[in-house]
Amino acid sequence: MCKVMPLIMVPEGKECRISDIHGGRGLTRHLTEMGFTYHAPVKVLRSEKGSLIVAVNGCKYALSKGIAMKIMVGEC
Amino acid sequence: MKDKRIRVALAGNPNVGKTTIFNAITGARQHVGNWPGVTVERKSGRKVHKGIAIEVVDLPGTYSLTAYSLDEVIARDYIVDERPDVVVHIVDATNLERNLYLTTQLMELGAKVVIALNMSDLADARGDVIDLKRMEEFLEIPVIKTVGSKEFGIDELLDEVLREAEKGEHHEHEIGYGGEVEEEINELENILGDDEELSKRYPLRWLSVKLLEGDKEVQKKLEGSQVEDRIKKILDKMDKEKYETAMVDKRYEAINAVLPQVCSRCVEKVTASDLIDRVLTNKYLGIPIFLALMWGAFELTFTFATPFMDFIDFSFAWLAGFVSENLEPAWLASLIGDGIIGGVGFVLIFIPNIFILFLMLSLLEDSGYLARAAFIMDRLMYKIGLHGKSFIPMLMGFGCNVPAIMATRSIEDKNDRLITILINPFMSCGARLPVYVLLAGAFFGKEAGTVVFSMYVLGMVVAILSAKLFRTTLLKGKPAPFIMELPPYRLPTLKTGIIHMWERGSMYLKKAGTVILLGAIIVWLLASLPWGVEYGAEKSIAGMIGHVLEPLVAPLGFDWKIAVALLFGFLAKEIVVGSMGVLYGAGEDETALTESLQNDPNIYPLNSLGLMAFTLIYMPCLATVGVIRKETGSWKWTLFAIVYGIGLAWLISFMIFRVGGVLGYG
Repeated sequence: MCKVMPLIMVPEGKECRISDIHGGRGLTRHLTEMGFTYHAPVKVLRSEKGSLIVAVNGCKYALSKGIAMKIMVGEC
Repeated sequence: MKDKRIRVALAGNPNVGKTTIFNAITGARQHVGNWPGVTVERKSGRKVHKGIAIEVVDLPGTYSLTAYSLDEVIARDYIVDERPDVVVHIVDATNLERNLYLTTQLMELGAKVVIALNMSDLADARGDVIDLKRMEEFLEIPVIKTVGSKEFGIDELLDEVLREAEKGEHHEHEIGYGGEVEEEINELENILGDDEELSKRYPLRWLSVKLLEGDKEVQKKLEGSQVEDRIKKILDKMDKEKYETAMVDKRYEAINAVLPQVCSRCVEKVTASDLIDRVLTNKYLGIPIFLALMWGAFELTFTFATPFMDFIDFSFAWLAGFVSENLEPAWLASLIGDGIIGGVGFVLIFIPNIFILFLMLSLLEDSGYLARAAFIMDRLMYKIGLHGKSFIPMLMGFGCNVPAIMATRSIEDKNDRLITILINPFMSCGARLPVYVLLAGAFFGKEAGTVVFSMYVLGMVVAILSAKLFRTTLLKGKPAPFIMELPPYRLPTLKTGIIHMWERGSMYLKKAGTVILLGAIIVWLLASLPWGVEYGAEKSIAGMIGHVLEPLVAPLGFDWKIAVALLFGFLAKEIVVGSMGVLYGAGEDETALTESLQNDPNIYPLNSLGLMAFTLIYMPCLATVGVIRKETGSWKWTLFAIVYGIGLAWLISFMIFRVGGVLGYG
């Protein structure tokens, strides 16, 4: 167990579980619908100064800093 | 009557092979149009299966049917308003959880759904075991295995579609949201039921669910209804934020209750895609590989295109010669030979160029690489106030700005999209190349290649600085955070590549057939009138217009002929070359034009460089202006694009002319 932190701080290669999304209303729902659900495992494949590639549910997504800050993860 | 025709809509997440299935069903019988009111492409096609005509509409790929993006609204409205007989939901068999989410939405909409379990070969290959029977039982939806790329399962799918369409009774599916939420849904449903009009048009439960989720588009549907006020009162009292994600979670809960019983061993594994990604998106290798691929794509474009271009060039030159020698009366021969063949022919020469570039980009896109390129470029794009998604339209701009600007619709944020649209015309499209080739060839000899290349660079620099400028002044703020799916790498097929290429390239063809044809005729008329004047001489109307405009462009070192050529270039930039051919009395023959340019004392290396820069930057061509107007929905921004372009072009040409003059190149 480790403390909750934004996805952007997760080092490459680590897998965590999503604990919360602090998006606006539309964004939070959109992310959830794309598979970023509560407790879903998310693995950081690449992390390049804020731009990330993550795998959720076997799908890969590229996301920018703005979103990576809003996704909170725990249980690394 | 269209009684016997069955209407089918294809729905599904992005990157699940929807287009492949669509192509497999309809083959070449496709029609690309626009959705009413918006410029998002609407693809439909026909198929006769077992003697019954089926009309298939390809809905935009979406993750859900809320109102997050334009695509989602379009897909939803089609299903709600036009009520297709059957909705075929294409599901990626390797990612059931997320895909089934859309199924729950389709079920709530009350549509008759058939699931096409696509890419089932990939799922089989990685050892997933999906129990179709149980899946059908749980979902109460027929499920058919398909492999779109191999056209496997298509007949069975269509059989099922016919069967489903004939079923009269339709079982309504429901997702239970539990306790409190259900009470709210019931209350809303009861009130909505008082409006007969609404009850007839929409499933009330669906309306209630969407209202609880705070869906603005659905709220609009209530406007003017007798129950609007009562509904509003209830909604205002509620904490909608609480419901919004709670309902999404419930849907996933429903899916997760079903999934383990349907699919065993459906878990992710390290794939070849992961390994490729490690190289292609590598910290150090990513950008060099990207640049090498782009260079390769452009190099191949020019190599492949050259023989085709030579052939077209030769054919038109021959045709023009044939017409002017054999056609009577002389004015008609001149109209067809000088005007139409000269004008349109010049444009058609560049078709191989544009089509092959689009083919390359389509292949890169279908392979999954372009999405990675967007990731690689994201950081750079962020520096100029945009993000990775803006990058693909910019790349397409090198082919033709019209489809490029249409491609910006994948950008959700309005300001991000507007900036991407406004800077797109500075990406030097294929139509501007002939101007560079002619002028650089005539005045820069061995350096011609470098000069042409520098124009492309100048365009990119102008685009980047303009983006930065807009972001710091007119459209302040940071680029919206972006998220984009990276589809697994796939071997692109030539067939889909060519279909894609055609969709984009045909916009250019349409332009050649309409705007440019019209432009060519206008140029010819202005150069021929008043009757009896020598074609394109100073005394013609074109000459007179040129003299009126001359003072405006004199500070740039341009004379009246160039002023006229630029004026006509508003229609389409290729016309700059065509009308120079007319005005310098050389017609279609490029060698003759080069010679007369070299012999004209009023045009020389320095101002020809300015002219190239001017052609690059000044107002977007008519077709591009049209698409900017459509996509921004605003005359104000369209006008801004025009004025900004002309102003900047003038300024830069002026600087080239003056600075060059000071340095002694005049």
